[in-house]
Amino acid sequence: MPEIRVTPLGAGQDVGRSCILLSIAGKNVMLDCGMHMGYNDDRRFPDFSYITQNGRLTDFLDCVIISHFHLDHCGALPYFSEMVGYDGPIYMTHPTKAICPILLEDYRKITVDKKGEIHFFTGQMIKDCMKKVVAVHLHQTVQVDEELEIKAYYAGHVLGAAMFQIKVGCESVVYTGDYNMTPDRHLGAAWIDKCRPQLLITESTYATTIRDSKRCRERDFLKKVHETVERGGKVLIPVFALGRAQELCILLETFWERMNLKAPIYFSTGLTEKANHYYKLFITWTNQKIRKTFVQRNMFEFKHIKAFDRAFADNPGPMVVFATPGMLHAGQSLQIFKKWAGNEKNMVIMPGYCVQGTVGHKILSGQRKLEMEGRQILEVKMQVEYMSFSAHADAKGIMQLIRQAEPCHVLLVHGEAKKMEFLKQKIEQEYRVNCYMPANGETTTIFTNPCIPVDISLGLLKRETAIGLSPDVKKPQLMHGTLMMKENSCRLLSPEQALKELGLAEHQLRFTCRVHIQDPRKEHETVLRVYNHLKGILKDYSVQHLPDGSITVESILIQATAHSEDQGTKVLLVSWTYQDEELGSYLTSLLKKGLPSSTA
Amino acid sequence: FFQYCLSGHPTLPCNVLKFKSTTIMLDCGLDMTSTLNFLPLPLVQSPRLSKLPGWVLKDGSTFLDKELKECSGHVFVDSVPEFCLPETELLDLSTVDVILISNYHCMMALPYITEHTGFTGTVYATEPTVQIGRLLMEELVNSIERVPKAQSASMWKNKEVQRLLPAPLKDAVEVSMWRKCYTMPEVNAALSKIQLVGYSQKIELFGAVQVTPLSSGYALGSSNWIIQSHYEKVSYVSGSSLLTTHPQPMDQASLKTSDVLILTGLTQIPTANPDGMVGEFCSNLAMTVRNGGNVLVPCYPSGVIYDLLECLYQYIDSAGLSNVPFYFISSVANSSLEFSQIFAEWLCHNKQTKVYLPEPPFPHAELMQTNKLKHYPSIHGDFSNDFKQPCVVFTGHPSLRFGDVVHFMELWGKSSLNTVIFTEPDFSYLDALAPYQPLAMKCVYCPIDTRLNFIQVSKLLKEVQPLHLVCPEQYTQPPPSQAHRTDLMIDCQPAAMAYRRAEVLSLPYKRHYEKIDIMPELAESLVPLEIKPGISLATVSAVLHTKDNKHVLQLPPKAPQAPTGKKRKRVSDDVPECKPGKPLLSGSIPVEQFVQTLEKHGFSDVKVEDTAKGHIVLLQEAETLIQLEEDSTHIICDNDEPLRVKLRDLVLKFLQKF
Repeated sequence: MPEIRVTPLGAGQDVGRSCILLSIAGKNVMLDCGMHMGYNDDRRFPDFSYITQNGRLTDFLDCVIISHFHLDHCGALPYFSEMVGYDGPIYMTHPTKAICPILLEDYRKITVDKKGEIHFFTGQMIKDCMKKVVAVHLHQTVQVDEELEIKAYYAGHVLGAAMFQIKVGCESVVYTGDYNMTPDRHLGAAWIDKCRPQLLITESTYATTIRDSKRCRERDFLKKVHETVERGGKVLIPVFALGRAQELCILLETFWERMNLKAPIYFSTGLTEKANHYYKLFITWTNQKIRKTFVQRNMFEFKHIKAFDRAFADNPGPMVVFATPGMLHAGQSLQIFKKWAGNEKNMVIMPGYCVQGTVGHKILSGQRKLEMEGRQILEVKMQVEYMSFSAHADAKGIMQLIRQAEPCHVLLVHGEAKKMEFLKQKIEQEYRVNCYMPANGETTTIFTNPCIPVDISLGLLKRETAIGLSPDVKKPQLMHGTLMMKENSCRLLSPEQALKELGLAEHQLRFTCRVHIQDPRKEHETVLRVYNHLKGILKDYSVQHLPDGSITVESILIQATAHSEDQGTKVLLVSWTYQDEELGSYLTSLLKKGLPSSTA
Repeated sequence: FFQYCLSGHPTLPCNVLKFKSTTIMLDCGLDMTSTLNFLPLPLVQSPRLSKLPGWVLKDGSTFLDKELKECSGHVFVDSVPEFCLPETELLDLSTVDVILISNYHCMMALPYITEHTGFTGTVYATEPTVQIGRLLMEELVNSIERVPKAQSASMWKNKEVQRLLPAPLKDAVEVSMWRKCYTMPEVNAALSKIQLVGYSQKIELFGAVQVTPLSSGYALGSSNWIIQSHYEKVSYVSGSSLLTTHPQPMDQASLKTSDVLILTGLTQIPTANPDGMVGEFCSNLAMTVRNGGNVLVPCYPSGVIYDLLECLYQYIDSAGLSNVPFYFISSVANSSLEFSQIFAEWLCHNKQTKVYLPEPPFPHAELMQTNKLKHYPSIHGDFSNDFKQPCVVFTGHPSLRFGDVVHFMELWGKSSLNTVIFTEPDFSYLDALAPYQPLAMKCVYCPIDTRLNFIQVSKLLKEVQPLHLVCPEQYTQPPPSQAHRTDLMIDCQPAAMAYRRAEVLSLPYKRHYEKIDIMPELAESLVPLEIKPGISLATVSAVLHTKDNKHVLQLPPKAPQAPTGKKRKRVSDDVPECKPGKPLLSGSIPVEQFVQTLEKHGFSDVKVEDTAKGHIVLLQEAETLIQLEEDSTHIICDNDEPLRVKLRDLVLKFLQKF
């Protein structure tokens, strides 16, 4: 039986290092190729040796698909393609293709230049890797090869994020990547049509969370920032350069304008201006409101938000700083955090999910004494706030997506095991579909039972639909045809066509039965009685009395002759072909019972 | 299937295709050449135009002198300009299911169709097509509505009157069908019916037909369309270009294996080489400016103007034009310049790569930053303060009948220092200039039409090899003005099928098959038999379900349990159903083996007689005879059902079922 196999190399009951192997109808596809923020050793990349023990990845994998530019979805790509070795196609959307190499380069710099790691991928490798990327449009059907096609759907989450449908024949799988079912200040909501995949592989970051309305969270956020600034404190918002950052910038920008606030807002240098520029050039990927008004006012041109300089961190007075990276695991955000952590007037707002092992995760789980490099202890006195602004679907959103796509099976990735368990039960109860949650390295096999498409001859189809269209037919009609399998073609023909095509003649099998009836009347009167009798019973059939004295029921012929010896007995010759077997057999047994005496 | 041809203009097509059970309109072009018969709409009172004499008939009657004015020997209608609509009577347009748009120039008649014919379907177009199409419509509506004209002439349209008019008015066709411009609410309503699509997106129509837009290389978001079922493929090629300008290159490979290829929108100036024209444009522009004159470029607000600006960007420094201001005047100038920068995905490779840096794909961003290019919504307002001469002005409309261009024609027409350079190929420049004559200004004609020429078409056809080619009649003969140029027509085998306005074309049709899905349960129950080497057969008895034009075969439902209750059965309950569908039989029955089989099954008194065509097998005791012939068997017996069934099954053993 055909099957679909899924093995997460990363993101199986975990967040980070997304990398999922998919086998569908003999095709092998790798979904995402991410790194894990929580590790600095071998575990940060997926174990690609799992894919094939010996032999090249290029021979085994038909394609690689990257859902969006976050490093936990694409961070291992240059390692995978240039160091392990893969030369096949890599698919991603245009914005992802534009932004991904910049984040990779940033990641490489932090790892190699700051942490001094060797044996890491080089800048040239990133460039070579990106040459293998094929950019796709939304909703474009990309033919990877003759059989395998993929199609991207809008996913919200970050600029250029996409869900992908992977399809071979009539079997299909949808991989969501990360998505967001509610539009935010800069992106639209994820959308998919009722494509009824055999399997939906969905992220489940917020599997158990039902988030309150966005408006409340925004108000809360602005209130906290405002209060801190009012009392002269500094606000640190660790973000990733692209994504949440732009949403929060738009939020603060409009708030500052409305409230006429003067405290400076900074955006840590490096990617920012560039980042905003990407948003301007890919404005078609943002939400409808921004797209509509961009000619009059481009939302990504900020008046109040200025570039940050390292020296500003020591300036007195209030300020708000957006700094990268978002989980406080390295770089500028961590440096500023160290500077400001000791002052209780200050505040750090974590606007997104933090992976285990990062400073962000530690302070969010309540740790107030942190061991830094060189055994230094950092005491955190500043206020720590968590606001879920990361654009993942919550439980309600995940359920909504399942309802939209109507999959036969669901598989959860990119979430924590406990939370997945809860969501799995909910999905199985509510939608009566099987739900799986494999751990890394664990394979889930789904048996599919696909229909078999064949060519039906138009003649046969028209004949059948013509019957089906007659209004008095309520029961389903049985159609009869011959399936001819020749080389690669599979065609359903009418039996006549099949015979003709094979150069064979039809063999006619005919039966003629003698039925004896006691009836003293003249032959033509007997015939008339038989006719009336049959007409009365066989209401759905065409029963005819022909001028030559015979009767036909459909194509069955009935003739009467007097018995040669006994004039009181009439012999009915009932003659039919094998194709009318049931009716012919029925008629003989019916006539054998004799004619009702009352028939006149 | 059929093609209804609603427009006679080969580059502004409007055809309706009846394909399987769907009705598909291909493009919705609006023929604006009709406006050339009208007087220009001046933005400010023009003493020259208002003093034009009324036209007087030869017999001296003056009843038309309010409607018709004469200028340098030409007669113009003094009225709000009107456009020639696609045919609306050839078929009921409310039955159109979908409209496919190939590029923004080919959607200008959309509001007339979607708002006034009972149309209830969906329009499909790419995002750049819709956005830029909206800008073109906005500009059109704006430039006509801002100059309200009290008079609306209609007397001249009377058939009896029209006969008396001089050419070209006399020969204008379908004047009764000419309509005034639509309004913005109509534009918005029409555009709201559009669904956005991307290149290579497969769109299912009613389960019967799949349509797919492909890049056509002509303009931002311009597309050709594939219309196909499982067995037929129609390619609609409309406005395609193989030149490398700003749009994504044309997708030719996907047009292969077409049964029918409908070819429209070829270049209107087959003898002009676009690259050469751009060169001439630049040198004429430079020469005029150096001599202290102004340059007027009548143009659409999007399209070739991007390429012209890019050329000028590279050219101005070397030509010493750095200090000459370039003005782009249109109610949608700003939007057009902004929109051009955000469609990275629809641009050629070079421009896409720039966006990845990230830099704006078009250099006019830099021209604007350095103040070399300035844009204004109209000549009123800021422009009048900033206006410095000599300068270069890009503005519309290319017909010179409305828009800000009218003002500049009046302003600059009297001086031979100035030059008007025609780059848009849609209007004859001599006709466009007619109401401005006599004119001192220099006129240069540099039409830039990047669409396919006949050499490229013949290459394309060789490459794509459609079974049949359909095209407007204009393409099947040399241009009327150059009758000897047999190279300026389509030459292909089999000969192209030509269409003309208001005609219905029946397209060749050869469909024998349809797709059907066999459900897995049914597939499992099938027993294939190898009949000949490599050919297997399985007889299928199944229930056919058809929904949304998709066919599915399922296992027949299990026969319901015979009622076992005591209820007395009525005779008719036993009546077998119609069409039980027994298979056909084939093969022949060797008489010796048949007799052996009969004997094996207990018939001891078998007797065989030879006949002319075969044999008769007699079962004497049972008074039964079996006629065996090459292709038939006839069993004649008494009404002994068990016997008959037994014989039947023995015979069937020798035969193959179909």
